[in-house]
Amino acid sequence: MTASTATRGRPDRVTGTPFTRALGIATLVGIVWLTWFGLFVTPADVNQGESVRIMYAHVPGAWLAYLAFIVTAVSSAAYLWRRTRSLTWDRIAGASAEIGVLFMGISLVTGSLWGRLTWGTFWTWDARLTTTAFLFVTYVGYLAVRNLGGTHHQRARRSAVLALLAVLEIPLVHFSVELWNSLHQEASVAMDGLMLFTLFLGVIVFTLMYVWLLLHRQRALALQDLVDDTGLDLAIAARRAEVG
Amino acid sequence: MDDLGFIVASYAVTLVAVGLFAWSVVRRSRRLAEQVPPEDRPWT
Repeated sequence: MTASTATRGRPDRVTGTPFTRALGIATLVGIVWLTWFGLFVTPADVNQGESVRIMYAHVPGAWLAYLAFIVTAVSSAAYLWRRTRSLTWDRIAGASAEIGVLFMGISLVTGSLWGRLTWGTFWTWDARLTTTAFLFVTYVGYLAVRNLGGTHHQRARRSAVLALLAVLEIPLVHFSVELWNSLHQEASVAMDGLMLFTLFLGVIVFTLMYVWLLLHRQRALALQDLVDDTGLDLAIAARRAEVG
Repeated sequence: MDDLGFIVASYAVTLVAVGLFAWSVVRRSRRLAEQVPPEDRPWT
């Protein structure tokens, strides 16, 4: 049986394992639970009315983007440190950054929709919004740098250095509402018990989603590196055959 | 409820974006896995 037929015969074995399948099911159940609670069960806010329901998608999205970018920085540091140097760390960093950009984008869009309802505008050059947009663009740049070419270790080195610089923006974004006058409210847990529960549920569900996506994406990157290496080996062999 | 469209849109954007990303990862993985023997996938 060839590799191709083996894969086609067992498509669930490409990047999945029993653990990721169980995690995927738990995540789907969590998404349904969160959507149900967020849209139908939690009460409206005294000040913001029904628009507060956007919080259950917006806040966990922002939390996850922070988490993903911090994981990118820690994995990059692990790659740069000689004793733990491995391309697996680099692939975790790259996969986590992709997921972080996705969730930062979601947070920007949901925040914009929420802003239209509470502030009357989709966008304003407020400190929190501007620094968040800057963080988003920085990590889009990071992903572009990862695709500049070169060997796997060249890619890993340059992107690791960039990740360690980019993560310094996170405290700036987080504390921007305290450092400057801002329309955006500060982090607060002063809310109804069910609202708080749903918010924490959102954080847990989004974190499960992140772990599932990270495992699959970093395995996909490992497959991509293997395919690249095989292609390079074949090209070198063909060139040697020509010369010989 | 005037806010309904915005609220539903925020959930729809989130679910559709995550769903599309997950689908693209799985699709890309399957395409790549056809070129890699199972023994080179240590997680299986």
